[in-house]
Amino acid sequence: MSNILVKDKDIVIPGETLAEGMDYLPGDNTYREGEKIFAKLLGLAGISGRVIRITPLAGPYIPKVGDKIIGEVIGMTMNGFRFNTATAYSAMLNVKDASSRFIRNEEMNSLLSIGDSAVVKITKVTSQNLIDLTMKEPGLHKVTGGRIVKINSQKVPRIIGKQGSMINLIKQKTGCNITVGQNGYVWIKGTPDMELLVSKAVKLIEEKSHQDGLTEKMDAFLSSQVKDAPVQEAPANVEGEQ
Amino acid sequence: MVYTKRLDGRKIDELRPMEAKAGVIPNADGSAMFKAGKTTAYAAVYGPREMYPRFLQNPKIGVLRCHYGMMPFSGSGERIRPGSSRRAQEIAMVMTKALAPVVDLSAFPNAVVDVYVDLPQTDAGTRCAAISAAAIALADAGIPMKDMISSVAVGQVDGTVVADLCYDEEAYDAIVSDVPVAMTHNSREITLLQMDGEISKDDLIKALKLADSVLDKVYAEQKRALKERFPMDKGEEK
Repeated sequence: MSNILVKDKDIVIPGETLAEGMDYLPGDNTYREGEKIFAKLLGLAGISGRVIRITPLAGPYIPKVGDKIIGEVIGMTMNGFRFNTATAYSAMLNVKDASSRFIRNEEMNSLLSIGDSAVVKITKVTSQNLIDLTMKEPGLHKVTGGRIVKINSQKVPRIIGKQGSMINLIKQKTGCNITVGQNGYVWIKGTPDMELLVSKAVKLIEEKSHQDGLTEKMDAFLSSQVKDAPVQEAPANVEGEQ
Repeated sequence: MVYTKRLDGRKIDELRPMEAKAGVIPNADGSAMFKAGKTTAYAAVYGPREMYPRFLQNPKIGVLRCHYGMMPFSGSGERIRPGSSRRAQEIAMVMTKALAPVVDLSAFPNAVVDVYVDLPQTDAGTRCAAISAAAIALADAGIPMKDMISSVAVGQVDGTVVADLCYDEEAYDAIVSDVPVAMTHNSREITLLQMDGEISKDDLIKALKLADSVLDKVYAEQKRALKERFPMDKGEEK
């Protein structure tokens, strides 16, 4: 006899019993002990078929190969740059992975210097969480202008939305360029007042990320805010500058 | 004279009114407030982050590090000198040992999770309130945990086994003992057990059974606080 004790999209706390009996399988962030399945994290329960999994509502960013992140240069060595990744671990970007040109040691500053931020991709993560980066692929570049806001990395999927619906909505309404790093850094570039509005919107999504119908709510929020600000001209200028 | 009526009029197994809230400190990665009667604990969790000093790092697993502090005028007696003391260090250590068995930091080698607990107002049972608050804060920070930890003090006042002693009871002019207990919720394992004063073997067993039953109330309050952290907008309840 198996028995499921939570509903889909219920908020569960660590150690909460999710199901009894062997008919269900423990998915992400859950574990089985004896006949029961328990939660390992604070999050939303998800039931798909026989598998029970938990989508975290909070928690640190876990670096994964292939993730695009935004990091800040915190140090330079003989052969590369050390990045802060908003985790407990810093990452290395080798000079030869930073540019397709040949960069001499003395010219490293022309590429990036300490304090700069860049959109980079993770190429390797070891068991000790040593991280290697690359900046050679399209869409990876140094961050120039605009502002960076930090959100919880677990909310990144909600900022982007299904097939990018949320982020496209915000881009379209405000005319800002937005780049979201998987580590929770969001780079916003546009006119100053629109940048401020986007950072407010991003914070709002972070706060309400567990609720349904978020895109509609954001649409209403942005429409009410954008009304009194003349922005139709501004986006064109931003596009023109680049 | 036997202690039949408690000084504050509670039943012998009745806890002080509790209140818990998660997410009270915006700058922390996770935070919680836990109040039991006139004892209030605020816990803030930071991390996992790089651990310094470096020789304390463990390359196999992340480290949990607790800090405990009573604020200068939090008690009813003399001003407490702020900062670390022999007592604060001891409580920080037992808190770490009480929480460590459920916290799973295997994914964060060389890193540290810092838990800071401060008590702006105290009336006995501070280490229990601190542990209960810290457990909520750790869950709120999204740290993987196998189980929840709840904590309460039980004890004996003049021959009567009672739960959740207040300061006046601890200072009662008779043979008194207070036994702080912390337990995991599912497996009912004891992760903190200390004792102050004198208690007979029979009374101790009775007290631990009492703790086992009243801790469910503490757990219910912790659970409520964590679930209320994510409110649904009106008219959206499913």
